[in-house]
Amino acid sequence: MSAVIETEGLGKRYRTRWALAGCTLSIPAGHVVGLVGPNGAGKTTLIDLATGMLKPSAGTIEVLGGRPAVGPAQLARVGYLAQDAPVYAGLPVADHLRLGAHLNPGWDADLARRRVARLGLDPKQKAGTLSGGQRAQLALSLAVAKRPELLILDEPVASLDPLARREFLQDLMESVAEQQVSVVLSSHLISDLERACDYVIVLVDSRVRLAGPTDELLATHHLLSGPRRDPASLPDGLQVIAASHTDVQTTLLVRTSRPVLDPAWTVSAVGLEDLVLAYMRQAGPAPAAPRDGHRHLEVRK
Amino acid sequence: MIEFHLDGRSGVAPYLQLIHQVRHALRLGLLHQGDQLPKVKDVVAALAINPNTVLKAYRELEYAGLVAARPGVGTFVTGTLDGGSLAAHGPLRRELQRWLAKARRAGLDDESIEALFASTFRSASEEDIA
Repeated sequence: MSAVIETEGLGKRYRTRWALAGCTLSIPAGHVVGLVGPNGAGKTTLIDLATGMLKPSAGTIEVLGGRPAVGPAQLARVGYLAQDAPVYAGLPVADHLRLGAHLNPGWDADLARRRVARLGLDPKQKAGTLSGGQRAQLALSLAVAKRPELLILDEPVASLDPLARREFLQDLMESVAEQQVSVVLSSHLISDLERACDYVIVLVDSRVRLAGPTDELLATHHLLSGPRRDPASLPDGLQVIAASHTDVQTTLLVRTSRPVLDPAWTVSAVGLEDLVLAYMRQAGPAPAAPRDGHRHLEVRK
Repeated sequence: MIEFHLDGRSGVAPYLQLIHQVRHALRLGLLHQGDQLPKVKDVVAALAINPNTVLKAYRELEYAGLVAARPGVGTFVTGTLDGGSLAAHGPLRRELQRWLAKARRAGLDDESIEALFASTFRSASEEDIA
């Protein structure tokens, strides 16, 4: 499978501070990829490097096999929606479409018009007076109508209310169904990603902590709870992601491709959010000592 | 036509949830041979779900011989599930009801009954595998 974004030792330094350092990753084509991580993990820096808004201080990055934003042809292949979906507040909706048509060689005017009509936007309305959700969908329409091979979205739903967020994702998924475009979207709202993304990358401190198809991650992670026991006594092939103990009980988040049959354990499924959080916490400072009787997931290094 | 829904907190992969719902509808007699499943695009629009997820669910149902895709038209139910509808399970259900009544008389509450059933079910499936 080819990669839409491939980086090798990628880094970006601002004066003395590294916003991204030693980042090596490969994002496969044909997916909707969720890029998640805590604030400061380097998500936006990575996206700015992928769109060519920033130049790397170290390492290399290739987007669709070429250098980011190296010329008009490369620019036309990538659609980008920046954080907070910027639009021109003083320009009417129709002028945004006209602008899009002038600036993009592969512009699909018919698609743009149909989308705006479907969203119920008045072409004469100034973009500054649209609601947050409408503004985001107008910005998405512009990014989609340029007919990119890759669509990059930076925190597209973070500032939207839950209804607008759902509508935006519905709209995005319909575009994916119609146009077979690869999508990379960053977010820290993991619950939204579970439906929309079929591939997840967890970025912590510039490093890929976890990457894989969503279905596979959900199928191979389980929460086990049972009488207290030493994790070292677990069978082979069981990778412990997080463990917590009380005086009588042990709770483990494990990764394994085989079913867990030991009747001593109560096995339950783990949602994507809990799963991703467990991986994110692996990087952080040592967790505070658990209070008595309080179940606390402490992380094994 | 059935309608899908998703439980975001269950930890069950969305494509599996779709498969379960089709199988469940077949068992309950809500879906019959020749019925059409919702179009991929409609499921995508209704649930804000990744189209690949819906395609994967439909593909697995097709492998299982339960549905068939007619290109350009849609996906249709072609199979039934063994054992037919729940109505055919009358005798088993009556036996289970007798067992439940016995368990209640023995002083078990709902939670204990569920725990007993789950642990027996698990150890039975384990013996099957071993």
